[in-house]
Amino acid sequence: MASGGSIDPMHQFEVTTLLPIQLGNYDISFTNSALFMSLSVLLVTIFLVGSTRGRALVPGRWQSMAEMSYEMVANLLRDNVGSAGRQYFPFVFTLFMFILFGNVIGLVPGTFTFTSHIVVTFAMAIIIFLAVTVIGFARHGAGFLRLFFPHGAPLWTAVILIPIELVSYLSRPISLSVRLFANMVVGHVLLKVIAGFVIMLGVFGFIPLGVLVGITALEFLVAALQAYVFTILTCIYLHDAIHLH
Amino acid sequence: MPQFEQIDTFVGQIFWLIVTFGVLYFLMAKVALPRLASILEERENRVSGDLEKAERLKQEAEEVLADYQKAIADARASAVAALKESADEIAATSAKRQAEFDTQLSEKVQIAEDKINAARSEAMGHIKDVAKDVAAAATSKLLGTDVTDAKLSKAVDEALGEQN
Repeated sequence: MASGGSIDPMHQFEVTTLLPIQLGNYDISFTNSALFMSLSVLLVTIFLVGSTRGRALVPGRWQSMAEMSYEMVANLLRDNVGSAGRQYFPFVFTLFMFILFGNVIGLVPGTFTFTSHIVVTFAMAIIIFLAVTVIGFARHGAGFLRLFFPHGAPLWTAVILIPIELVSYLSRPISLSVRLFANMVVGHVLLKVIAGFVIMLGVFGFIPLGVLVGITALEFLVAALQAYVFTILTCIYLHDAIHLH
Repeated sequence: MPQFEQIDTFVGQIFWLIVTFGVLYFLMAKVALPRLASILEERENRVSGDLEKAERLKQEAEEVLADYQKAIADARASAVAALKESADEIAATSAKRQAEFDTQLSEKVQIAEDKINAARSEAMGHIKDVAKDVAAAATSKLLGTDVTDAKLSKAVDEALGEQN
């Protein structure tokens, strides 16, 4: 949004308090971020529950889409984790729909994208990381540590391999959260900057406008793709915890 | 960049993330996913049920067709048998009648031949008498003498024998 004549592409990421709430020493005010998280939950629920209300044997468009999203995530989980991942399906499905709707709703002009905040994506990533680690130790006990040393490698390579594996394992929450956060931020900044050119160029603004249309389409693809990537990586981490490589 | 500057909003964002995600997880796990699963399962059951039913009906239809073909074949066989039987019967009847007719005919022929023979021999007898009378009358007229009955009979017999 333009502030004082100049365009600030970062203004759209500002968290603004809508309803101040204080819990002890913590500020848990209902912000625009919380509003769009709630909106995402609401729309996912309306989409999935509303479309399946008829329980039609021959599905309509909406029910068909709900079934497709169900089967897409179910296949993703089955292909990457196998039947052992069945019990984590509700979590993985919720994760996918929550991020997907957060990303897509954020593309509507004037909205707020909660997935463009590193604290949100990192919180999700660290919860997944901790959960996966707990699942790994619960299933394999100390044997889970074999994850850091590939089976069959010469023993002396442990000196090199274990630190590498450990670092790559510990960097998982960072890469997972930064990937989503950076993609969302860059997309929105790009849209805002090019939209600024439309205004600055006046009559010739149609040129960046055309570019803007193309980038908007691309951003929808990125929104869906990043939700998918976040989900598939979660599945791969689950696979490692359950099957160890 | 507000993402790294508004540190005072971090707790609130994490709090609301957990709350909203939790609510969505509950709604998905308790409402949406079981419903979708039941819809998909129901459809699968229905489709496989329909396929089974179609298979069963097809089998039934095949059985009915086989029964029908068997009935047709049976009917054809019995018709052929009946036809053969009646043809045999007809042939037998006509043969019997033919035989009866043949015997009747030969009997009649025999009777007629007997009658003819009787009539012939009777006629031959009459011819002898007539010839005797004619010969006696002719000799008496031409020669003026009477020939004895024995001579006459002998002469007539000889003449008839020559003719025969």
